[in-house]
Amino acid sequence: MSTINQSGWKPEMGSAGETGPATYTGNKALMLEEALIFEIGTTGTTGVDLADAPKVTPRLGNLARHRDIGLPGLSEPETVRHYTRLSRQNYAIDLGFFPLGSCTMKHNPRLNEKVARMEGFADVHPLQPVETVQGALAVINELAVWLIKLTGMHGVAMTPKAGAHGELCGILAIKAALEARGDPRSVILVPESAHGTNPATAAFAGYAVENIPATSEGRVDLAALEARLGPDVAGVMITNPNTCGLFERDMKAISDAVHAAGGYVYCDGANFNAIVGRVRPGDLGIDAMHINLHKTFSTPHGGGGPGSGPVVLSEALSPYGPLPFTERHADGHYTLVEEETANERHPHSFGRMTAFHGQMGMFTRALSYIMSHGADGLRQVAEDAVLNANYILRSLEDVLDAPFAHSGPCMHEALFSDNGMAEGFSTLDIAKGLIDEGYHPMTVYFPLVVHGAMLIEPTETESKATLDQFIGAMRSVVQRAKAGDPMLKSAPHHAPRRRLDETQAARKPVLIWREPEQAVAAE
Amino acid sequence: MRYLPLTPSDRQAMLGVIGAKSIDDLFADVPAEAQLDGQIHGLPNHASEMAVERHFSNLARQNMTASHTPFFLGAGAYKHHVPASVDHIIQRGEFLTAYTPYQPEIAQGTLQMLFEFQTQVARLFGCDVANASMYDGSTACWEAIGMAGRITKRSKAVLSSGLHPHYVSVAKTMAQYTGDTLDTALPELSSATDSARLLGAIDDQTSCVVVQYPDILGRIEDVSAIAAKAHEHGALLIAVVTEPVALGAIKAPGEMGADIVVGEGQSLGVGLQFGGPYVGLFACKEKFVRQMPGRLCGETVDAEGKRGFVLTLSTREQHIRREKATSNICTNSGLCALAFSIHLTLLGEKGLRGLAELNHGLAVQAADRLSQIAGVEVVNDTFFNEFTLKLPKEARPVVRALADRRVLGGVSLGRLYPDVDALANGLVVAVTEAATMEDVETFAAALQEVLA
Repeated sequence: MSTINQSGWKPEMGSAGETGPATYTGNKALMLEEALIFEIGTTGTTGVDLADAPKVTPRLGNLARHRDIGLPGLSEPETVRHYTRLSRQNYAIDLGFFPLGSCTMKHNPRLNEKVARMEGFADVHPLQPVETVQGALAVINELAVWLIKLTGMHGVAMTPKAGAHGELCGILAIKAALEARGDPRSVILVPESAHGTNPATAAFAGYAVENIPATSEGRVDLAALEARLGPDVAGVMITNPNTCGLFERDMKAISDAVHAAGGYVYCDGANFNAIVGRVRPGDLGIDAMHINLHKTFSTPHGGGGPGSGPVVLSEALSPYGPLPFTERHADGHYTLVEEETANERHPHSFGRMTAFHGQMGMFTRALSYIMSHGADGLRQVAEDAVLNANYILRSLEDVLDAPFAHSGPCMHEALFSDNGMAEGFSTLDIAKGLIDEGYHPMTVYFPLVVHGAMLIEPTETESKATLDQFIGAMRSVVQRAKAGDPMLKSAPHHAPRRRLDETQAARKPVLIWREPEQAVAAE
Repeated sequence: MRYLPLTPSDRQAMLGVIGAKSIDDLFADVPAEAQLDGQIHGLPNHASEMAVERHFSNLARQNMTASHTPFFLGAGAYKHHVPASVDHIIQRGEFLTAYTPYQPEIAQGTLQMLFEFQTQVARLFGCDVANASMYDGSTACWEAIGMAGRITKRSKAVLSSGLHPHYVSVAKTMAQYTGDTLDTALPELSSATDSARLLGAIDDQTSCVVVQYPDILGRIEDVSAIAAKAHEHGALLIAVVTEPVALGAIKAPGEMGADIVVGEGQSLGVGLQFGGPYVGLFACKEKFVRQMPGRLCGETVDAEGKRGFVLTLSTREQHIRREKATSNICTNSGLCALAFSIHLTLLGEKGLRGLAELNHGLAVQAADRLSQIAGVEVVNDTFFNEFTLKLPKEARPVVRALADRRVLGGVSLGRLYPDVDALANGLVVAVTEAATMEDVETFAAALQEVLA
């Protein structure tokens, strides 16, 4: 049994609400309050030294700015302190266990940060002549080759900027392929357990979205799907492994049925981490799948991005993929296929999705991660991720309702419901209790198919000791939720903030800072 | 393998707890025919940190970098000096390795930063509100066109010929599927913009007019008259800013009546990075806030009455609204937004204004110097830090010849508008604080040689 981090609050240590005497500053030792830059900076302060501007006759027409912008500045030491203080109010994977289901919060190796910052990648312009960026194009191409081989697909579109952008890429490729054969269709089928981005993407591309029901085992109902297929169905969007943490056993049969009905199969690859190196989506009949480099391949989440969502494509859809892309020639040099050469090299492309070449800074990081693991290590990644999740599933199923655990093992994440808690206690309370225990909570209330869903994804970069301690903490918090502990109802007690009033935030939105007198005047 | 902490004995013990004989038992739901029986062939095994680093060093060396050459490229991505503290702060694990702030009690750092970012962007653009970022300027632009369609319930967008051609391409891609009609045109190699065309095209079917400010050729123009005409017809004005540093010197689009202002924030804090990740900026009038795409951070209080921040108005978003959401965007560009915000905090009003004055001064001097070369004309009457040269011959081979002389001498219009003869001699030149007058002289000498 590991002894790390064993000093957290335990019930026998007394009331968690005991906060000690008030302080003059509002700070509590290392827990430091920080004002907004608008409250501490002034428009006359700057933290940079600039050369004097040459005296010239301006060429700004009549548009020179006269009105103040209202941007406060801070000196450099104040700036560093401001953001350092803010940073300490964040939970992060560097600090502790972050089992946010479907988000794959794994360790972010610093080697990847180092290579991404090499001048040859960080300091090159997207429109430089291709002869001057051969190394950058090589990175894109090498990563593309890995992604194609790992997925067993035909091609890959590298430009999508994140998972949802990748979904759009895949759906537009499907739409373009259908239109090219003169068979425009109107419906995309999406399981109830899908990520919200799936129906939003399909709707954006002009499709009507219809739900496919799930079986009692938490998987796509193949019979219901087959019954709905027809000449109006453009395709399906299936997450595999799905958001219940289960492998869609019938995936190949689903693909075959969809293809037989003239449609295409989109796979949401958010959960690729569970199968990388062990299963190739191309072998399951998938036509398009995005890969979240910021999940499976460990590019940092950065508090909400940037992500990167390359889309692997089947032979049927590859001709419709977006511009631009790189081509490697026999002599080892690289060129770009852009609008200019598209007619000759890629005439059926649906077009451009973003201004430049995608998330280069994420490509370097992901390729560094992939090379570090290699083919052998990536297979181990999937195996350890699945092992860790099953360990959690089996270590908690006696205290928490695991609606699909009876049907067999889970993949990379374990799903529980909040059935069996005391009256008035729910998933939210368990999540907030975990915060006091020093954890980031699991994903809560998603997927929607389970009451009070708790989706726990440990990832492969956690040790057994970490899992054991988490399991102990989770059992303790669940017991308190079952016992109706009022201190849990008001958790968290030890975080930088208590529960925040989200209703007020939405009812009267305050989205930017205003001078106090303005704020009063606005009411 | 250095990133995997489980030991073989851990794995055995855990399988025992699970009640599985081997790891294969845990993959029992995967049909046998879909399982690989060993590792994928033709791919290398794991590599040491040193080996990986060496591989990347070798590739990095094959690129000509902006810092080691006289460098004058812009056209939507700009070389600015980023203070060292920006990169230091964004590498703090608490920012770098945090997730989207779904649990606000332990994400106040990210949330407060986003609230500050939103305020900075709104003020810079002269708008009431801004969101917590988009992927980049080009995707923010098409999201704005979509938003205008939702607000006006119309589908015709009129795009200025001065809008970045890649932004136009992105909008065209999306319009194929959304049923929007885009009224577009090619720019002319002249000091005049196409505002007369825009004014003429606005009618009662128009959802929005999209103008870039400064535009792709670097020209700047008052858009008030376009805003007024658009509003007269119930349409919106969308302004696109690809160089936010310009707004330290020129009026904000919001001041001139723009309803939605979007932009590329790469110039501040982010760096060139061969095109991404960048950060899309998105601001608008308050009355349109519920039609905005993307995440919004808002102020509230906690159970003890202390000020705090949360993600809010999420009923617009895909995870709640699903197929009825305002956008499918989920992950945005949080860490780049942080870099932008830190850089802008370091600059402050005073620094941004000084930086803008410096950029403009150097650009004016460079334009004057380059126009002394025989046959070279500056197209622009007005510009900020980027202007277009008309060369006596096709610009694209000139750019390559300059690169052979180790000068990165701008973006040819032939690269941006292939096969448009009328634009082939155009060269867009950006001059930021990172360029020295010595660089300008080197560029001028090389250009003279190449044109001779």
